[in-house]
Amino acid sequence: MGLEEYKGVFIYAQQVDNEISSIAFELLGKGKELAADLGTDVTAVLLGSNVKGLCDKLAEYGADKVIVVDDPELETYRTEPYAHALASVINEYKPEIMLVGATAIGRDLGPTVSARVATGLTADCTVLEIGDFPLVAVPGKEDEQKHNQLLMTRPAFGGNTIATIACPDNRPQMATVRPGVMQKIDPIAGAKAEIIEYNPGFTPNNRYVEIQEIVKAVGQVENIMDAKILVSGGRGVGSAENFKMLQDLADALGGMVSCSRAVVENGWLAQDYQVGQTGKTVRPNVYFAIGISGAIQHVAGMEESDIIIAINKDADAPIFDVADYGIVGDLNKIVPALTEAIKANAAAK
Amino acid sequence: MKIVVCIKQVPDTKGGVKFNPDGTLDRAAMLAIMNPDDKAGLEAALRIKEQNGAEVTVLTMGLPKADDVLREALAMGADNAILVTDRVLGGADTWATSTTIAGALRNIDYDLIITGRQAIDGDTAQVGPQIAEHLGLPVISYAEDIKIDGDSVIVKRQYEDRYHMLKAKMPCLITALSELNTPRYMTPGGIFDAYDKEVTVWGRADLKDVDDSNLGLKGSPTKIAKASDKVRKGAGEKVALDPTESVNYIMSKLTEKHVI
Repeated sequence: MGLEEYKGVFIYAQQVDNEISSIAFELLGKGKELAADLGTDVTAVLLGSNVKGLCDKLAEYGADKVIVVDDPELETYRTEPYAHALASVINEYKPEIMLVGATAIGRDLGPTVSARVATGLTADCTVLEIGDFPLVAVPGKEDEQKHNQLLMTRPAFGGNTIATIACPDNRPQMATVRPGVMQKIDPIAGAKAEIIEYNPGFTPNNRYVEIQEIVKAVGQVENIMDAKILVSGGRGVGSAENFKMLQDLADALGGMVSCSRAVVENGWLAQDYQVGQTGKTVRPNVYFAIGISGAIQHVAGMEESDIIIAINKDADAPIFDVADYGIVGDLNKIVPALTEAIKANAAAK
Repeated sequence: MKIVVCIKQVPDTKGGVKFNPDGTLDRAAMLAIMNPDDKAGLEAALRIKEQNGAEVTVLTMGLPKADDVLREALAMGADNAILVTDRVLGGADTWATSTTIAGALRNIDYDLIITGRQAIDGDTAQVGPQIAEHLGLPVISYAEDIKIDGDSVIVKRQYEDRYHMLKAKMPCLITALSELNTPRYMTPGGIFDAYDKEVTVWGRADLKDVDDSNLGLKGSPTKIAKASDKVRKGAGEKVALDPTESVNYIMSKLTEKHVI
């Protein structure tokens, strides 16, 4: 395999119910930066059924080209037809970089495709950049150092360690990217991309599983990953009823309520609201951690927030180790009073 | 029917992570446990065994001390255990790991392979789907419920905002979520028996249809450029004030930062 044959940055433009997922725009934002560093362009790979109408939106968010595989077999996500489609696109168009979102779809599609095209895959990346591998040339072996490599940084051990990984001898360099981390560009109205239609042909076999039923969560909530202010509660909030207090504070600030894993386990809030290793990664402007002890798995999902304000009655709670402003005190007294103060402040303006 | 459950021995990151005085991770002080998603996969297999009748084999790739998690699996009720261990397999990334495990699985009969969704040390969720790819099997990942229906499985597959009920013909591979069930404890009798049972040990020579160039550190397409224990953001201010003063304190900070 001639590595130099592989060119361009490709991103998987995930769509669900023919609506492009936010992660696709995030990948385009990052893909554009990487492509600029490499002097190449960024291509969105769109797979689905009757999805051609989505191409312009991808162009507005930075795609130079869109490769569309439009086929009835791709109506709903299933591993096999999607893996076949994406692997065929890779084999046909040979990108040097292939980015996929680390979603419940991408974390199934990514490994299957990487194994099929026989390359490496780095999971759940939070930083992607172009650089040298090894980072520093081995003395006497300067000519063996490879340039323009994708350096993929990811947390491991529940967020306790961080590793930077390269894929120097195989192409494409593949990564799944954690949602909510990369920045979208401001959409450019009227932008157009070059559209390439491609179909590798689909022949159902034993690997095409049958979808018997699709059950969507009712009352799908706003996404906490989009909130600028999060008022997040933990076990210390005490009950589902007490979350009303947090909701009032969030309403006063124009924010949303989120929570720790313990809250989901107690059935006080749905998993959609969970922040942390097994929930969502958020980075709002302000994150209130209220009655949250700050287990490492929780901190991994919120430590990139701009301002962290913690309220906890336990002065030794680990959350104070990451908080910018920590208040040791009774949340039941502080939170309602804070809500009133914020309302009064707004009324005075 | 025959079920193989792939399990991994991992450091316990949930029971509190230990740090050395210099801030690096103290791996030696952390307990080695059976990976939680894998344990849920094993429990699912044992329940199928009870309801439908099945022979359950557990398989792990790791250091010789990974024998511990195989014994635990036997004590929970698994019938056979296989340890794949060899110096040349060390340092494997997910590609080389899945290649190795697929090479071991080619030696045995199976109707169903269950792996955990992901291990808590690497969190990649890649090895299960990659094993399926190497073996040409249908894969269903993120399983929240597994039922046997004749020669097929019916699986509840979780997504962020929905689930799909999927039906696949066996043989197939399923990756299990720890939400699938609550794994049973080992029984005293089971523990006693587990140490009488023989664990099959395989090395490189026992892997079928596998090329050396795809094994271990050398056979891993991904290479570590740099690894470090994460430098955490330092603690900010911490105050203990009465409620009114606390509110004033927060209001002053929100004003200072132009939030309000």
